[in-house]
Amino acid sequence: MNRLTQLLEAALFSAAHPLSVDDLRRVTDDASREDVRQALTVLGTHYDADGHAVELIEVAEGFQIVTRSAFAEAVAEAQIVRRPRKLSQAALETLAVVAYRQPVSRAEVEEIRGVSVESVLRSLLERGLLEVIGRGDGLGRPLLYGTTPLFLELLGLRSLDELPRLEELSVALRPPSERGEPTEP
Amino acid sequence: MLRRIAFRVDAGTGMSVSVKGAAADTAFVVQVEAFSGPLDLLLHLIREQEIDIADIPIASIADQFLAVIDRLGLNDAADYLEMAAQLIRIKVQMLLPQPFDDEQWEDPRAELVRRLLEYEQFREVADWLVSQANEHGSRFPRGWIPDPPDQPPRPVLMELEDLLLSVERVIEAMPEPILHRVVPRPLDVEGATTRIRSLFEHRDELGMSEIVGPGAAIVDLLSSLLALLELARIGFVSLAQRQPFGSVVIRRESTDAAA
Repeated sequence: MNRLTQLLEAALFSAAHPLSVDDLRRVTDDASREDVRQALTVLGTHYDADGHAVELIEVAEGFQIVTRSAFAEAVAEAQIVRRPRKLSQAALETLAVVAYRQPVSRAEVEEIRGVSVESVLRSLLERGLLEVIGRGDGLGRPLLYGTTPLFLELLGLRSLDELPRLEELSVALRPPSERGEPTEP
Repeated sequence: MLRRIAFRVDAGTGMSVSVKGAAADTAFVVQVEAFSGPLDLLLHLIREQEIDIADIPIASIADQFLAVIDRLGLNDAADYLEMAAQLIRIKVQMLLPQPFDDEQWEDPRAELVRRLLEYEQFREVADWLVSQANEHGSRFPRGWIPDPPDQPPRPVLMELEDLLLSVERVIEAMPEPILHRVVPRPLDVEGATTRIRSLFEHRDELGMSEIVGPGAAIVDLLSSLLALLELARIGFVSLAQRQPFGSVVIRRESTDAAA
């Protein structure tokens, strides 16, 4: 590994969140984006080829060193890491609506979900999965919400483009008998 | 097709709704907490009965829906009540005779169906998010991810009277303070010896007045005198009085002699 690759490894190792190519460029004075990308490929290949327990992944519009999933059970059972807390159904539905409709106001989310979402919005804001990204033009200039990089990180998505397209979710349009769901528990 | 809805309270799991099918006599149990909203409940009823979402038997569904929310707590029921009102409105509209020109007629259920389908789409997205998070959750990042901030502690609510009563209880429980009178301890010979030794750490020669200090009590004076005599005996100091009733000069002997 050359010095740039080593510098990138050091930066990624010490970071708590994914680093973008531009973040990573700051470790040297003279590296171009292309240099950084090449060095990242070298680092990733190094981890893969030499049988390392960690891998380099692209997530949340950046790069991150993570453990391979093969070691998840062992590491988690030894209580060395804590898995992120599970989200409630209400939180998941709210995240889903915001992810697709952002920037979106509380009223719009409530219209789709059919319930008040005030408290669940607040807890998602506190967890850093949603943030206020502006104000709408409507009555009272409502706050508009959007997803954060942490949301992408939690799901392991590179960007919002990786969300499934709504047209692909056709299950809802099929009659119930074709859904393969158990009808009687 | 009417269904009877019965409620029972489980000690462990809270309230649960059991809906008894009239056609099939098998009962199934649904957790109230599991419904994330009126659309969720509605979808649940539709799915359970394998109803075509495009052709909902609105009268029957509305009755079932009302029966469920009838037993829900009022706070929870607010969102459900709104849906119930819509269902009843649609039910009424369905009862009205259709106009002859079918082109103009719009199915009153259309808007509800649209909302249900839209909601179900997002339900699917939510499921996808879970599977995605589970899949990615088995890869742990390096680095410390801070926990979300803790909920601030709940404000303590109490009546002023209770607070005052508590203060009284605490005061009553406190022991009576025991007062001591602090009496200055007269300088004894041992103390005087220590004092004189420390004075000689910085100087070699002292007058009697310097050792005793101003305003010394008679006890202190005697203690100092006895200490000086003792120190002179062991050779730590030498005492000299050049004339009768003259001031006494105390001089420290060489360190070797003192040891």
